[in-house]
Amino acid sequence: MGRGGSRAAPAAAAPPWHALPDEVWEHAFSFLPSASDRGAVAGSCHSWLRAERRSRRRLIVANCYAAAPRDAVERFPAVRAAEVKGKPHFADFGLVPPAWGAAAEPWVAAAADGWPLLEELSFKRMVVTDECLEMIAASFRNFQVLRLVSCEGFSTAGLAAIAAGCRNLRELDLQENEIEDCSIHWLSLFPESFTSLVTLNFSCLEGDVNITVLERLVTRCRNLKTLKLNNAIPLDKLASLVRKAPQIVELGTGRFSADYHPDLFAKLEAACAGCKSLRRLSGAWDAVPEYLPAFYCVCEGLTSLNLSYATVRGPELIKFISRCKNLQLLWVMDLIEDHGLAVVASSCNKLQELRVFPSAPFDAAEQVSLTERGLVDVSASCPMLESVLYFCRRMTNEALITIAKNRPNFTCFRLCIIEPHTPDYITHQPLDAGFSAIVESCKGLRRLSVSGLLTDRVFKSIGAHANRLEMLSIAFAGNSDLGLHYILSGCKSLKKLEIRDCPFGDKPLLANAAKLETMRSLWMSSCSLTLGPCQQLARKMPRLNVEVMNDPRRACPLDSLTDESPVETLYVYRTIAGPRSDTPAYVQIV
Amino acid sequence: MEVAAASYVADVDNFKATELRLGLPGTEEEPQKTAVVPTPPSTPRGKKRDVSGPEDAAKKRDGEAAPLAAKVQMVGWPPVRSYRKSCFQQASSTKSKPAAPEETTTAAAGNGLFVKVSMDGAPYLRKIDLKMYKGYRELREALEAMFLCFSGGADAPDVNPSDFAVTYEDKDGDLMLVGDVPFDMFISTCKRLRIMKGSEARGLGSVKNN
Repeated sequence: MGRGGSRAAPAAAAPPWHALPDEVWEHAFSFLPSASDRGAVAGSCHSWLRAERRSRRRLIVANCYAAAPRDAVERFPAVRAAEVKGKPHFADFGLVPPAWGAAAEPWVAAAADGWPLLEELSFKRMVVTDECLEMIAASFRNFQVLRLVSCEGFSTAGLAAIAAGCRNLRELDLQENEIEDCSIHWLSLFPESFTSLVTLNFSCLEGDVNITVLERLVTRCRNLKTLKLNNAIPLDKLASLVRKAPQIVELGTGRFSADYHPDLFAKLEAACAGCKSLRRLSGAWDAVPEYLPAFYCVCEGLTSLNLSYATVRGPELIKFISRCKNLQLLWVMDLIEDHGLAVVASSCNKLQELRVFPSAPFDAAEQVSLTERGLVDVSASCPMLESVLYFCRRMTNEALITIAKNRPNFTCFRLCIIEPHTPDYITHQPLDAGFSAIVESCKGLRRLSVSGLLTDRVFKSIGAHANRLEMLSIAFAGNSDLGLHYILSGCKSLKKLEIRDCPFGDKPLLANAAKLETMRSLWMSSCSLTLGPCQQLARKMPRLNVEVMNDPRRACPLDSLTDESPVETLYVYRTIAGPRSDTPAYVQIV
Repeated sequence: MEVAAASYVADVDNFKATELRLGLPGTEEEPQKTAVVPTPPSTPRGKKRDVSGPEDAAKKRDGEAAPLAAKVQMVGWPPVRSYRKSCFQQASSTKSKPAAPEETTTAAAGNGLFVKVSMDGAPYLRKIDLKMYKGYRELREALEAMFLCFSGGADAPDVNPSDFAVTYEDKDGDLMLVGDVPFDMFISTCKRLRIMKGSEARGLGSVKNN
C-alpha cells in the first residue's frame, strides 16, 4: 500500500513513495482499523509518525497514568473519540482503597483545551466528578457519546448537566457506576427538541426517574436502539415503554418482580410482540417466573441474553433459554445448574460467550448443583464457544482436559473455583494438568484466570505455551518464586498480570525486570514482597512506576519502613509520565 | 536461565512446606502474613464489606483442603462485583433482604432481616427480625405482644382483631395487606410494617374478607 508511484507514467514521474505528502499517508492510515497497527506504522519513520499521529481519530489510553493528559492531547490533535482507563482491575473487588487516584478531571481539562471537536469520551474505573460532566457538556459542541463504566464520584446533578448541555448526544451509557442520587430530575433536562438519542442506559442508577418524562423522551427519540432501565421501573411501565419503542434492539428491563396479574402479562406480551428487532435482553432483576413467557415471542431473535440478575430457578429459566436458539452470549446465575446447561448445550449451538455467576458466593455449603459437568457439556456441544467465565465449587483435571480438547478455540477462559486451594475432587491432585491442557490446546488464548489447588508446575506450562496470553489472573496458587519466574520469563504477549495471595517473592521481579516494561501493568497483593527489592526494581527501571500500597489505616509513614518491611500491595506499570503526583498517603512510589 | 531458575527452586512436590495458613501471628512460622486485613471499600458510598478478622477461627489448609465450618471471609474473594452481592442475597431463600441501597443494614451472611414496625398512635416504633418467624401466625402473635400496651390500656387481653390491620410497604413503595402472598415472598419484599388501627383498618378488613 502506498508503495510505488504509477509505473505507467513515463515523463513526469510521481514522487518516490517515501516523499509522498502527509495527506496521502493520513488517508492510507485511515484504513488501518486497529490501534496497534497504527502504532506500528508510527514507529517506522518520522514522516509516518507525523502523518499517523496527526490523523489519529480514536485513542485508547489503557492506563491513565501511562502518559500525561496534555502530552496525549498534543500528540494526537485530531482525536474525536477517546477512552481512558484508570484503576487496576482488582479495584472491582474492593482491593483498592478509596481515594487511590484515577481522576478523570485532568483528562477532561486537557481534552477541553486540545480537542474541541471531541465527540466520544469513555472512562473506565475512574473518578468522574459532576464538575467533569459539566465541563464535558460545556466544552465539546458536537459531543455525542458518553460512556462511563465502573466509575464513581458523580451524581444525578452531573447527568443533568449532560442532558441539558449536549445537544447532539447519541449515547449515554452508564454501566455499573456508583451514582449519588441528588433527586434531580435529570431526565427532564433533555429539551423537548432533543431527539437524537440512540442509546440510553441508566441501569445502575439507584433512584427513581420520572417515568412520564422518560416515556416522552422514548417516544420522541425515534432512533432509540438501546434502552436499559433501572430497578425503579416497574413491570407495567416497562410494557408501555416498550410499546413506544418497537424499534428497540437492546432492552434492559427494570424491576421484573410483581405479583402475577393476567392483564399485566397480556400487556407485556403484546408489547414484546411488537419488537421485531429486539436482539439483546438484560435486566430481569428479581425475575418472577410467571412473566418470562411474555417474552417468548422475542426469544428466537435474541443473540444476547443477560439473566445474571434473575433469581429465577429451574424449569422456567430453562424453558426460556431453550427457545433462544440463536444466542451468542449468555450470562446467567448458577441457579441454572448442570441440567440447565445441558439444555443450553443442546439448544444454543451458536453460543460464543458464557458467563455463570454464583448466586451465593459466601455460603460454605453447596446450594445449587452446578459443577464441572455443565461446562463440559456446553464446551462439547457449542462449537463457537470462545469465552467463558465460570464460578463453581468443584472441578477435575479430566474435565478440564476434555474441555481443552473440545474447544481449542477459547480466547478467554476464566474459571473461579470458589473455595481457594480446591483440588481435583476425585483424585485430590492439584489442577495443574487440567489448566496445562487448556493452555496447550487453546493456542489463541488471550485471557486466563486460574483457581483451585495449583503448584508451580502449572505456571511452567503457562509460561511455555500461552504465547498469545495478554491477561493472566492468579489467586491462592503456586509454591514458590519459581511460579512467578516461569510466567515472567515466558508468556511472550503478556500485558496484564494480577496476582493475589500467592507465595511469590521479589526475586523473579528483579530477574525479569525488563519484562515488566513490555507489559502494561503488574499487580501483586498479599504475596511475599518486601520493600527493599521493590525500591531496587524502581531504581533499575526508571520507566516503571513502582507503587507500594499498605493498609490505609496504618499510621506509620512509609518513609520509616525498612528494607525488610512487608509490602502488602505492589502495583507496577510502565509510563512515560514519571511518578504521579496524586498519590494518597497510603501509596508510595518507590 | 537454568541456573537462575535453580536458585529459587523449592521442592514443588512438597505441599507441606508451602501450605498457606491463616492464623494469628506467632502461631506459625510464616515469612509473610496472608491477607485477612480488611481494606475499606473502594467506593465513596461506603458499601460495607463483611470481613471477619484474623481473630475469627483460623482456617487450616492441608493437601486435602477440607473446608472448615468457621469460614474466614477474605476481602475481594470470590471475585464478584460488590453490587452483585445484593442480588445473591436475594436469591438465597434463607437470607433474603430487600434489594435496596441499604447494604449497611444487612451484613453479607446470616444476620437478621430487621424491619421497622410502626403502629398508628404509638409514640415510638419497633424493629423486628422477620427471619425469626416461620409464618404469618407467629408474626402476628409477636406484633400483638409488642404493641399490646398501646392498644387498649388496662384491658389489653381483649384486643379486638378486627380493629387492626397489619400492612407493609413493599419494594415498590406500595402499602399492602399482610397475608396475601406466601410468607417467603412476603419476607423478601417487605421493607417496613405498619399496624393500622380504627376506621382505616376496618376498611381494609372488609376488603380482605371479600
